[in-house]
Amino acid sequence: MRDLAPRPLVQVRDLKMHFPIYSGLLRRHSGNVKAVDGVSFDIIEGETLGLVGESGCGKSTCGRAILRLYDITGGSITIDGAEIGTLSQHSLRPLRPRMQMVFQDPQASLNPRMTVQSIIQEPLDEHTTMSTAEKREKVFELMDAVGLNRRFASRYPHAFSGGQRQRIGIARALALNPRFIVCDEPIAALDVSIQAQVVNLLEDLQEQFGLTYLFISHDLSMVRHIATRVAVMYLGKVVELAPREPIYAEPLHPYTQALLSAVPEPDPSLDARDERIILQGDVPSPANPPKGCNFCTRCPKVMEICKQTEPDFIELMPGRFVACHLYTKTNETAGATAAHEVKEHQQGE
Amino acid sequence: MTEDLLQVRVRNQWWDVWDQFKTHRGAVWGGGFLLFITLFVLLGPYIWQLDATKLDIRNKDLRPFYTALSGTANWTWAHPLGTDNLGRDTLAKLIEGGQVSLSVGWVAMALALVLGTLIGVLAGYFRRLDNLLMRFTDLVLSLPLLPLLLVMMLLFRDQLRAAFGPETGIFILIVVVIGITSWMQTARIVRGDVLALKEREFVLAARSIGTPAYRMIIRHLLPNVMSPIMVSATLGLANAIITESALSFLGLGFPSDYPTWGKLLFDSVDRMADYPERVIWPGLAISLTVLSVNYIGDGLRDALDPRIRGL
Repeated sequence: MRDLAPRPLVQVRDLKMHFPIYSGLLRRHSGNVKAVDGVSFDIIEGETLGLVGESGCGKSTCGRAILRLYDITGGSITIDGAEIGTLSQHSLRPLRPRMQMVFQDPQASLNPRMTVQSIIQEPLDEHTTMSTAEKREKVFELMDAVGLNRRFASRYPHAFSGGQRQRIGIARALALNPRFIVCDEPIAALDVSIQAQVVNLLEDLQEQFGLTYLFISHDLSMVRHIATRVAVMYLGKVVELAPREPIYAEPLHPYTQALLSAVPEPDPSLDARDERIILQGDVPSPANPPKGCNFCTRCPKVMEICKQTEPDFIELMPGRFVACHLYTKTNETAGATAAHEVKEHQQGE
Repeated sequence: MTEDLLQVRVRNQWWDVWDQFKTHRGAVWGGGFLLFITLFVLLGPYIWQLDATKLDIRNKDLRPFYTALSGTANWTWAHPLGTDNLGRDTLAKLIEGGQVSLSVGWVAMALALVLGTLIGVLAGYFRRLDNLLMRFTDLVLSLPLLPLLLVMMLLFRDQLRAAFGPETGIFILIVVVIGITSWMQTARIVRGDVLALKEREFVLAARSIGTPAYRMIIRHLLPNVMSPIMVSATLGLANAIITESALSFLGLGFPSDYPTWGKLLFDSVDRMADYPERVIWPGLAISLTVLSVNYIGDGLRDALDPRIRGL
């Protein structure tokens, strides 16, 4: 992976998306929901970055903010060399074909009053000058690509199953030959048997069209299957970012450890030796995050410093980023020891 | 193969809409009656050539033909539905009054619908306009309508009469006045629906494509708020016909010798006990028209929804 001289297709720096809260009789601005609060990562061309985290941690908001479906509060987003963080929606329009999105709920993401043909054709209507016949041919090609029968073109979305609807959504996202697709929990609303089909379809398309994915999910085993690198989010921040193998083998951040220990193990004999890390309490409100590290209220390894200062997001080992005081403690030795331990452990595996 | 596939597409979607519409019995009956009543008022004057405003004191207070069964009634085939206290033919008045009532109803309803939908969509879609437009809606809604109507009639009647002639002037005035005082419910319903639709993922998907606001509204929002618009349209037609008759009753609508269904009703109210037919016929015409429009709206709403259409 690293020796391919990776070129980041998407660069996100210190992305912030705050939603204002208005309260009181005069609807005064009384605070912000910090849904995404200073997120930075790169997505390398051709890879799949898995973005995981529990419900409400800001994964989807992050994905939508990167596509500028919201006007972001701060930070910068660069896609394919173009800075889009601060562009107006109007000047963003010509750049839209490069980046597309696949949505979570295939029921809600298709207009019930439009036929499959017109749904898939909509991006072509907006961004190309093709003739009607050309558009129809292109729609048929896209339907072939995602495995939909051409005969279904004049039907309406309600006549399809969840998996088929998701295929329609994927075909729509592919219509403009994008380079980058945000998959916002594309399999969360599907049956398990269909999930595999859709994920395999996404993988095939990635190979076929050279796509780059940001794959948002809370299904850790699915992310393990599809992602090349994984970012873990907690309360609006990325706490750990690492290539797939090491993060599943040896998670560094206590939150990642807890998250991975919660993945069910199908083999009972293996499951028995697995000790679960059960987190206490609830996620704090993103409108009022704790002082210091966001995770300090629930962290099993909490230290005094965690409640005072926010940990930096540092590159502990090549390609492995983590934001935790266990590894950045003021006395450098402790951090080094921790890192060393991990390395030894990895070699041991 | 491709030829074959292209053939599948040929059938126009409107045929499917029509097929679904036909399965709604009420809508078909409503459509039939509306067609009948429209032809009745449009072609009626050519068949029944009596002048609705012509006085014929000698033949006043004639009863309709079916009262002949009771034996004592004073009736003639020359005036099958009878005459009023000035000898004007009831059938001719029904025909002529229908023309006015129906056109006032349709035009005022269309005006209210366009206004209401426009304001509702703007308020729901553009957050910045929401507060302003909805408070304005509340303002208009809180005005006492009848006095407002009367003041508007008084203020503008003479200018419009002078500009367009007595009948067209009053027609324009009545239609506009009814239209701009009955759009509020539509606006509120449409705004609510648009607010909910705006958060749906297909609107987000369209935004991720870069669809500009007006195409978003035309393509994604309006087709999905069709049902509430249809319902308020059918109610709006009834409301317009009845408001027009109220205005005429107060003497501020059409001139007194100018028949409309609502006016026929009100003119006959004081002798209703002796001559019930003078209330029954125009009343029946109003209620059946409104009912049939209601059913048509119902059927159309079903027919336009692909989920109900079962495709």
